[in-house]
Amino acid sequence: MNHISPVLWQYLVKWLTNFAVIPPEASTIAPQVDALLIFMTLVSLVGLTLVALIITTFCIMYRREKSPVATQIEGSTLLEATWTIIPLGLFLIMFVWGSVLYFRIYTPPTNAMNIYIVGKQWMWKAEHPGGQHEINSLHVPIGKPVQLTLISQDVFHSFSIPAFRVKREAIPGRYTTVWFEATKTGTYHLFCTQYCGTAHSAMIGDIVVQTPEEYKLWLSSSTSGVSLAQNGERLFASLSCGACHNGQPDARGPNLGHVFGSKLTLTTGQNVLVDEAYLRQAILNPSAHITQGFAPIMPTYQGQISEEGLISLVEYIKALNLNERIQQTTNTTELLPEVPEGPKAKSAATAAQGVAKP
Amino acid sequence: MSTIVSLPDQATARVPKRNYITEENGLLSWLLTGDHKRIAMLYMGSITFFFFIGGAMAGLIRLELLTPMSDLMASDTYNKVFTMHGIVMIFLFLVPSVPATLGNFLIPIMIGARDLAFPKINLLSWYLYLAGGALALYAMITGGVDTGWTFTTPLSTHYVNTNVVTTGLAIFVAGFSSIFTGLNFIVTIHRMRAPGMTWFKLPLFCWANYAAAILMVLGTPVVAIAFVLVLLERTIGIGVFDPQKGGDPLLFQHLFWFYSHPAVYIMILPGMGVISEVISTFARKRVFGYTAVAFSSVAIAVFGFFVWAHHMFIMGISNYAMLVFSLLTMLVAVPSAIKIFNWSFTLYKGSITFETPMLYAFGFMGLFTIGGLTGVFLGTSGTDIHLTETYFIVAHFHFVMVGGMLMAFLSGIHFWWPKMTGRMYPEKISQLAAVVTFIGFNFTFFPQFLLGMLGMPRRYAAYPPEFQVLNVFSSAGASILGVGYLLPMLYLVWSLKYGEVAGNNPWQATGLEWQTQSPPLTENFKEIPIVTQDVYDYEWLERQKEHEVTQVG
Amino acid sequence: MSLEQQQETASFGMWLFLLTEIMFFGGMFTAYLIYRNWYYPAFVAGSHTLDITLGTFNTLLLIVSSFTMAMGVWCAETRRQKGLVWSLIATIILGLGFLGIKTIEYKEKFELHHVPGASFDAMSFVNVPLDKDGKPKDKALAPDMATHTEIYFSLYFAMTGMHAVHMIIGIGILFVLLYKAAKGAYSTGHITTIENFGLYWHFVDIVWIFLFPLLYLISRH
Repeated sequence: MNHISPVLWQYLVKWLTNFAVIPPEASTIAPQVDALLIFMTLVSLVGLTLVALIITTFCIMYRREKSPVATQIEGSTLLEATWTIIPLGLFLIMFVWGSVLYFRIYTPPTNAMNIYIVGKQWMWKAEHPGGQHEINSLHVPIGKPVQLTLISQDVFHSFSIPAFRVKREAIPGRYTTVWFEATKTGTYHLFCTQYCGTAHSAMIGDIVVQTPEEYKLWLSSSTSGVSLAQNGERLFASLSCGACHNGQPDARGPNLGHVFGSKLTLTTGQNVLVDEAYLRQAILNPSAHITQGFAPIMPTYQGQISEEGLISLVEYIKALNLNERIQQTTNTTELLPEVPEGPKAKSAATAAQGVAKP
Repeated sequence: MSTIVSLPDQATARVPKRNYITEENGLLSWLLTGDHKRIAMLYMGSITFFFFIGGAMAGLIRLELLTPMSDLMASDTYNKVFTMHGIVMIFLFLVPSVPATLGNFLIPIMIGARDLAFPKINLLSWYLYLAGGALALYAMITGGVDTGWTFTTPLSTHYVNTNVVTTGLAIFVAGFSSIFTGLNFIVTIHRMRAPGMTWFKLPLFCWANYAAAILMVLGTPVVAIAFVLVLLERTIGIGVFDPQKGGDPLLFQHLFWFYSHPAVYIMILPGMGVISEVISTFARKRVFGYTAVAFSSVAIAVFGFFVWAHHMFIMGISNYAMLVFSLLTMLVAVPSAIKIFNWSFTLYKGSITFETPMLYAFGFMGLFTIGGLTGVFLGTSGTDIHLTETYFIVAHFHFVMVGGMLMAFLSGIHFWWPKMTGRMYPEKISQLAAVVTFIGFNFTFFPQFLLGMLGMPRRYAAYPPEFQVLNVFSSAGASILGVGYLLPMLYLVWSLKYGEVAGNNPWQATGLEWQTQSPPLTENFKEIPIVTQDVYDYEWLERQKEHEVTQVG
Repeated sequence: MSLEQQQETASFGMWLFLLTEIMFFGGMFTAYLIYRNWYYPAFVAGSHTLDITLGTFNTLLLIVSSFTMAMGVWCAETRRQKGLVWSLIATIILGLGFLGIKTIEYKEKFELHHVPGASFDAMSFVNVPLDKDGKPKDKALAPDMATHTEIYFSLYFAMTGMHAVHMIIGIGILFVLLYKAAKGAYSTGHITTIENFGLYWHFVDIVWIFLFPLLYLISRH
């Protein structure tokens, strides 16, 4: 958009929004997607006009009254090449541009705050790390990257926020992610866009974008008092995970402190990155991935734990990285500090060893 | 307006006494026929019947969507209605439409053969189609099915208790009808061309149906097995798509779309073949870039097999898979563009008239261009994220399927009506119907692009009130569209008795089918022709007319 | 159409039909490849419960039946009516033998609760039964991997079941051909039908040649 005058751009977007042709632009990626959409619309208009003009002109010039005898023409390789290469070129531009946008939308930044979304027939449940639970709504702060980790409890659903230009399928059996950064406060539509049965059209809600102060207020007033990680700690105990994962050197199960974000070597020799999806799989399907040096004795918890339970456990294991247990138990109303994920987490955790800072 | 229609003197002309319709009488002679022309007519009747049913479903959908609330029917009922609308329209109307009616009727005549390679299998095809259709009707009457035509698992395997099994079987059986038709076409075009009819003298209609036949033959079995697995999972509980048993629900989508994407090319390619014939005839010119158009058909068929996951961009496929499928989608868009330009340039230095088939062809070109371009919006992954699963998709595929394919079908029906029946349809009312259809179509489906852009999801019985205005526009358009479709049903039937006698070649077209009587003899030709002229050879036609002897029935 | 043209078109048609059959089975082979990759230990365990003697014997039956079918085609080409009839009979018997053994195998699977669905019991892969020496018959699986054996058996039944359906249809057609051959229909040089059916029968055989190692021979020593 730097190439178009910002004033012109604002005008165009306002005009389009007021005439209700595009939804409001409420995220950082929305203007970028709109730019491509406008480009494609222009190209299409030009293409359509061209074809319409050609047809109309020829129909007028060569109608039978004016042109009683047709001239047989075989073709023109030059023309064929032209109208092969130019459309192909335009389509390839769109391909590259669109792919860049796609990568951007589906590659969350490492400092995004994570909110879990569980879809089920026929409602959306949002689980904030601080223990706030929402149904059919999602409160997010403005100006902060937010990652959504989605899963479905039953059939395919799709979490769609038209104002942010993002959408992601919620699939039964594994996590999917999407991220956004909201840029305008307000309330926007949330739709389920994957047909999921009887009340598919009722599986709608609100995305509420708030200023940081409003958001803090909302967090403190909506907390259940138990953060996800705390709930996970409770589950960890009640499911007796600690019997094997007790952190001792001779333990039957691998040490879970700092395991999130690390690279594990499995008994098959394969290396895996431990992310949320891996942890969820490890709880439900342990014998598919056994850490090297350990026996395949972990029982499966399939059927014994809900998706919310799994989310809590995953959050708990993530929290083990930061020795934030103390902070977790006392603070449920603050936004969790921005945490770099992945390999960086390990070094950050080592640096923050022992003392937690708000 | 000038016209090229050239009819015999109506005072003395008669429809030839001996033709494929009068050859034998009695119901059994039709039900047990091996004559490709009779089978084509049998198909014509049956697909029209299913078109009515699918159309009625569409009417119900648009009625419900007049208001934001789900007030006309219960949501469950609405879900069944749109599911069955899709299944009937796709599997029982669009897929067989041009190939089974026009293709069956014309391909043997166009290549100079007496029939298709396997007449009995052709008849079997029709019965399989009827069986599939009957099963689908049965499923509809005894409770319907509400999974969407895409049968997404695990919804279809574990979360609905409607007639999934019966409908799955119906599609399985109808699929074999399609496979056998495709098989017949491929073998016929390869092996039964008349002497002198080389590949590059084939009318483009044959090329188009040939390409579609390849898709039918190779693609349909995969959706057959996908349905078998769904049925097994539903009935005995094998877990191939069930995440709780370690199965992958996304596997179903891969198997399903592996067919269903080529399926859309199965639907559109024969329509494109019709357009080639019509534009050539009403511009009195060989199609511009014949070779390019022929090869484009095959290119669409080949590329069409490698783009299926563009229906799954947001389903959690890897970024790299997205790159491959998005790129290939851009490639498959190009041959269609090539065809549009070639058809447009066929008009250059032509001698153009505007009879009804030509009007439908123009409608096709405009609407298919819009539909195809919006396909690029969707094949581009970054914009697909915003537009997928919304009314943008609904608008896109209706533009290509209804604005494109159905217009092409109507164009073809009108174009070859005199050949198939010996009678002309009434020109003025048919031109009116074409215009009404075009207007109604745009009113119905263009607002849906805007709805999709605004985010309105598809398959919604109820929607936020701010979407109502566009929905009302759309429903209003649908009523106009309905009139546009009803008119041909009425006047075409009327023309069977009261239409003008057509004669051999009312359009003065090239093509072997126009050099025989209307309606043709059962054996198509008194003698198998030896083809010396080029395809679309209007100069040859002129010379023929100079030596013409009027055919006596 | 000339006789030669008719024969060529019929042959072309049959080859094309076999191509559709490849696409049909291909869907299941794809599913098999993916799940075997994901759940290899479960596939090994499942495969080991199949009787390799019966499977090998069945494979031999089918290969010999392909030979007898080829003999039949030769007999038809050389107008040996009696030879053709006996070849068809032999093919039918071998085919029925194959199906008979398959029935025995399916019955055993049913008894062991290896049929996917409500009665599927994965626990026999966790608590592996002992053989006569008191050693477990096979390596025990962890419970969650054991549940994936249901996927293996799902594919086993779907693939061999679909194959069996094609065999049954083939045997049905063989009976018709036998009846006509006995009346002399194929001894006059008009052998297209026999030839093309031979193609179909060989195809069904080849599908089994792929199914056998993929289903029966996973990690056998």
